[in-house]
Amino acid sequence: MKKVFTAALVILFGVVLLFGLSKSIDIAGYGDGLIPGKAADAYINKNVTSGTGEIIFGETKNAETGSANMVTSVIANYRSFDTLGEVTVLFLAAVGVSLIMGKNSKEGKMKKSGFILRTSAGIIFPVMLITGIYIFTHGHLTPGGGFPGGSMIASSFLLLYLADENFKLKITGFKVAEGLAGTLYVMVGAVGLIIGGYFLINFLPTGVVGDLFSAGIIPVIYVLIGLKVGSEITGIVRDMHKEEVSV
Amino acid sequence: MIRLASLLLILIGLYGIFSSRNVIKILIGVNVMELGVNIFIISVGFFKGGIAPILTADSFSSAMKFVDPLAQAMVLTSIVIGLGITALGLVFARKIHAQYDTYDLGAIGGGKDD
Amino acid sequence: MMELFNILEVGISVLLIFFALAAVLSKKLLTGIVFLSVLSMAAVAAFALLSAPDVAVTEAVIGSGLVTFIFVASIRGLRKAGDGS
Repeated sequence: MKKVFTAALVILFGVVLLFGLSKSIDIAGYGDGLIPGKAADAYINKNVTSGTGEIIFGETKNAETGSANMVTSVIANYRSFDTLGEVTVLFLAAVGVSLIMGKNSKEGKMKKSGFILRTSAGIIFPVMLITGIYIFTHGHLTPGGGFPGGSMIASSFLLLYLADENFKLKITGFKVAEGLAGTLYVMVGAVGLIIGGYFLINFLPTGVVGDLFSAGIIPVIYVLIGLKVGSEITGIVRDMHKEEVSV
Repeated sequence: MIRLASLLLILIGLYGIFSSRNVIKILIGVNVMELGVNIFIISVGFFKGGIAPILTADSFSSAMKFVDPLAQAMVLTSIVIGLGITALGLVFARKIHAQYDTYDLGAIGGGKDD
Repeated sequence: MMELFNILEVGISVLLIFFALAAVLSKKLLTGIVFLSVLSMAAVAAFALLSAPDVAVTEAVIGSGLVTFIFVASIRGLRKAGDGS
């Protein structure tokens, strides 16, 4: 009876949702394209502050952000302040997890893992680590960036936990990396404030679109984000791996 | 079609949150709902024939038809925040279980007969 | 080209709804968690279809890998604690 009532309530909410959305959005189709003059148009053409015309891959020099990946240019340049706040939220979540788990818990023990997992983990771990680092250093050219790169680093440490039942992670290095990356992020922003007059402005010269050393401060910021997110999520994984000792 | 499916995912997640008092099941519902919202936001920025918003050797000019990069940037950060929320919620669930030996929110006192 | 897009779209939508229902309605917790992981994988396919490679990579790493681990680690820890007391 309760379930029927819940289902009826959810269906009612769905009807309201569909009715409300159907006025402004085509529910079944996708529309014809972007409306000219929207914010996204300016992000694609990189002419938010000044119009520089068409951006050509491999030719245009000194574009506004110089990042070939437009999502990256939004995350690490145009809306970098948002990303700083977002990384802070993740940091608070990690601190909360470790504060609550810290007392009355000890390092957990997994079952002894199988032979294939134990031997192959030694081979796969460095490959995963290097892939993660590759993803966040090439965030301005290829899909990916600091967030998936950092998560991939955390996953590689998770693999070590799964493969070896006696594995214990030394957390000190991660704490240092996390704090250092966060501080440097704010400092890069402050340098932009001094040089360019805005917090987190792209003050380095941006090279040819599509080169590895292009895009000004975007690769710097994405490496910092990658380190910060990687160490935070590794901390979360380590805390979740602990066992509760009943009080 | 995917846009409709994402709206249905939101509703399914909502049903999961409402219909159970098990903390873990509520968190599963939250995750389903979050996926639905993410797919919906991405589908708002999409149009048929749109190119993925990365300049490459094939899609070389900014005058080509790219999909909205802003929606994708928002969802990218939302996914990572979702992980943080889920982790924090699960830690609370573990604390509840350590203290009361149950996952059931109704059994830990308060709100039993509502 | 458009033909293929439409077929993939319908297929992925059906998968999304099926796995979401399976995740929410399953009786055992572990089954629900595994279906949530599979649902994440279907969402990766949806993101890739909607030309969002960045989001697809992130969802593949976080949604299918790390979220599944923290869920499974939690219910493992909970069961141990319950047995011990």
